[in-house]
Amino acid sequence: MKEITVTVNGEKYTVNVKENKTLLQFLREDLFLTGTKEGCGAGECGACTVIMNGKAVNSCLVLAVEADGAEIITIEGIAKDSELSKIQKAFIKHQAFQCGFCTPGMIMSAKALLDRNPNPSEEEIKEAIAGNLCRCTGYFPIIDAIKDVAEGRIEQ
Amino acid sequence: MSYIGKGIPRVESFEKVTGIAKYVNDLMLPGMLYAKMLLSPHAHAKIKRIDVSRAKELPGVKAVLTGEELNYKQGLYLRDKDILAKGKVRYQGEPVAAVAAVSEEIAEQAISLIEVEYELLPTVFDPVEAIKKDAPLVHEELGSYEFMKGVFHPVPGTNIANHHKLRKGDVEKGFKESYKIIENEFRMPQVAHVPMETHVVIAEWLPNDRIKLYTSAQSPFAVRNLMSVTLGIPHARIEVEVPYLGGGFGGKAGIHLEPLTALLSKKAGGRPVKLVAKREEEFNTLPCRQALVARIKTGVSKEGRILAQEITYYWDAGAYADYGVNIGRAAGYSGAGPYDIENVKLDSYTIYTNHVFGTAYRGFGHVEFMWAIERQMDMVAHEIGMDPYEFRMKNVLKPGSITITGEKIRENTGRVDKCLESVAKEIGWSKRKTDEEKKAEIANGKITGKGLAVLHKAPAMPTFTSCSAVAKFNDDGTVSISVSGTDMGQGTYTALAQIAADTLKMPVEKIIMVWDCDTKTDPYDWQTVASRFLFMGGNAVIRACNDMIEQMKEVASAVLRAPKDELEIGDERVYIKHNPDEYVTYKELALGYVYPNGNAIGGPIIGRGKYIAQGLTILDPETGQGLPAIDWTYGAHGVEVEVDIKTGDLRIKKIASTFDVGKVINKLLAEGQVKGGVVQGIGTGLFEGYIYNKEGKLLNNSFTDYKIPTAKDIPDEIVTDFVETPQLDGPYGARGVAEHPMISVNAAIANAIYDAIGVNINDQPLTSERIWKALKEAGLN
Repeated sequence: MKEITVTVNGEKYTVNVKENKTLLQFLREDLFLTGTKEGCGAGECGACTVIMNGKAVNSCLVLAVEADGAEIITIEGIAKDSELSKIQKAFIKHQAFQCGFCTPGMIMSAKALLDRNPNPSEEEIKEAIAGNLCRCTGYFPIIDAIKDVAEGRIEQ
Repeated sequence: MSYIGKGIPRVESFEKVTGIAKYVNDLMLPGMLYAKMLLSPHAHAKIKRIDVSRAKELPGVKAVLTGEELNYKQGLYLRDKDILAKGKVRYQGEPVAAVAAVSEEIAEQAISLIEVEYELLPTVFDPVEAIKKDAPLVHEELGSYEFMKGVFHPVPGTNIANHHKLRKGDVEKGFKESYKIIENEFRMPQVAHVPMETHVVIAEWLPNDRIKLYTSAQSPFAVRNLMSVTLGIPHARIEVEVPYLGGGFGGKAGIHLEPLTALLSKKAGGRPVKLVAKREEEFNTLPCRQALVARIKTGVSKEGRILAQEITYYWDAGAYADYGVNIGRAAGYSGAGPYDIENVKLDSYTIYTNHVFGTAYRGFGHVEFMWAIERQMDMVAHEIGMDPYEFRMKNVLKPGSITITGEKIRENTGRVDKCLESVAKEIGWSKRKTDEEKKAEIANGKITGKGLAVLHKAPAMPTFTSCSAVAKFNDDGTVSISVSGTDMGQGTYTALAQIAADTLKMPVEKIIMVWDCDTKTDPYDWQTVASRFLFMGGNAVIRACNDMIEQMKEVASAVLRAPKDELEIGDERVYIKHNPDEYVTYKELALGYVYPNGNAIGGPIIGRGKYIAQGLTILDPETGQGLPAIDWTYGAHGVEVEVDIKTGDLRIKKIASTFDVGKVINKLLAEGQVKGGVVQGIGTGLFEGYIYNKEGKLLNNSFTDYKIPTAKDIPDEIVTDFVETPQLDGPYGARGVAEHPMISVNAAIANAIYDAIGVNINDQPLTSERIWKALKEAGLN
């Protein structure tokens, strides 16, 4: 066990975690933030994407102890109360999800992209979400949703 | 106002974009144990000895199971599968033992302590080989298995789990009269469903023999029934709850890990047990889509009419029959494609091998055999020097045609010709390249081509398939609707809400679709498969709403002192037709009307609706004649590709896809369904496929080695369109379109490759390597 201090969705936690516990397990099992999903456990599908210190990461590949001192944002942290963020609104407008399982990770990858590059090209959008697999939508509505936010078509 | 056709967002949108939608793996129960499975490393081997003693001794282990102590047979139509392998293993990846422990870590460790001694048995992997007399038998006891008699036809003493026969007209006569006879073989490998959520079950088998399941299953009532049949526990003692479902594509139809998880709970004294399939197990242990070898012989007249067709389908069922036998049957009544052919002989064999077993997969066999049919149709057209578009137009089913099972196509059955016309127009089919343009493309290193393909599919289901819906008023005048088909992302709940809102003439925002299907409280539905939920569930919802309207009118008639037949509904009111100012509101009627003096009448309004398939028949065992389908959805794809001469890389410039859906209920979601299905069709057509080594070990059981499309693999453009030939018995004229977008995408692409480079590729997937080899064959690189 090792003590870590980590900020998740603006809330600071100081906790003891097992050294082999992944950030994904920590979020889901210890903080009950089950919005972040596990699709493969091997960093190949992106369902577990969260934002760590401003970057999209596969939380199944990060150990909780590596997140010591880090700032984490998960899908639960991007709506203000019940007011959805622009990217969430855009996902609804375009129905950029079907089953919804890849959606939290997909939204976090999209947010990380838009945070660092508010005006991405279509190629940059595809590149940013290429690590997030979706079997339902064929990606078209997801790309359209991200473009809509980038091009200012979604009201906050 | 009407909601039919409107593109309203999914009713569960908020839950899905905020992460609050709960899937089975998000649930935790007090005292819950974690299960792991030990998998067979061999494709076919005798289990000589299993020693679980060290696993049992490990602290924290609460249950250990092997096949020896389990006397159950699991199966849908043919009960051939042990819950854990017993006596022998039949595929690499088959579970041979399982444990439940207080943590995943301990369960994993316990698995590593189990010792198994195997003796290798001869293997068989190719279905064409497996059907031969001297092939090793995968199921020696086939003759003793229980199966649905009259519908399926296993052949004991062989590897044939089902032989479906179709005979229409006289093929020999047709071939004799033919101008040309064209014969080809087509192959396609097994592919994986890849829902992003793997299979997950939480089971509690309480000491009084009550079973509670939370499962990632498409069909809660099918799970309950199959649990009951498998374990001998009465239906009413089993409760199955399905919360949000992270994709299914057929892979979560039927029953899979539920009995094993329940038995682990039983062994652990009733503590809840959670079993989460690892991604590797999703590929290797849980079923996939069957492989197919198809042989087609077509006789055609000089004018381009198909006179006779002889078809043999060899389905690689893998180790267990599961849905495979029914896919073989579906191919038996649908397997000549949407064509009007007088003489057809079709044999569809579902064959056991030592591969991972197959199951339902979006399209239920149609993606596989339409690949063969639509390639063959292009090849026949080329052989007689006819334009493939003209050739198809001449031969497709039209009103008045008789299908291969003897069903008459009517005005309202749907129009495949209109779908084909639509996509051909969209891709500019008639505008062909000039010789100069062709030369310029070759010089430029990139050759373009166009391809077409049509498709059809009807739900494959028992003749007595039924479903129901309950619509209840809440205090505030909103309506809650319970059904037990699941919405795994296809959007049916939203469409049902629109249908209910239109029927009750009230705002769609006031219709609440009850989430979390539960057999304990929700009304019966057979299964969420086969693109039949909108059709059947939609009809049940309309009837439930009409039942509410009748009940409201009954009460309103007394309140308004007017005969029932003079009452009308609208604006959430029941009013007198000729005097709309005299009305009573839905809210006033919802739980019972109260007069000013305190008297009350009526009571809570609860509507019931049901639907059962009409007129379906069991097919004749010798000829396959009968009525197998409640409705047919037709479609077509047109594709424009660009082939890189140097690398064989394929760029899809455009896909146009059109379906005759009868009536679009929700345009936004219908288009989404099409685009998603087309991309799944591209993935499975272009680069997916199981790869085994000589010993039958699956080599690509992870996303590193088994690639599905990413955002970078999509076509430049997908154009969707719908033809609306109303289905007379469909809800608002609608028919299903869930599976169809994926069917024939592969064939349209291969036909476009032929158009570009003049080489026929008959085996899938259409990898760059295969295309590169074809370019070599054509002397183009």
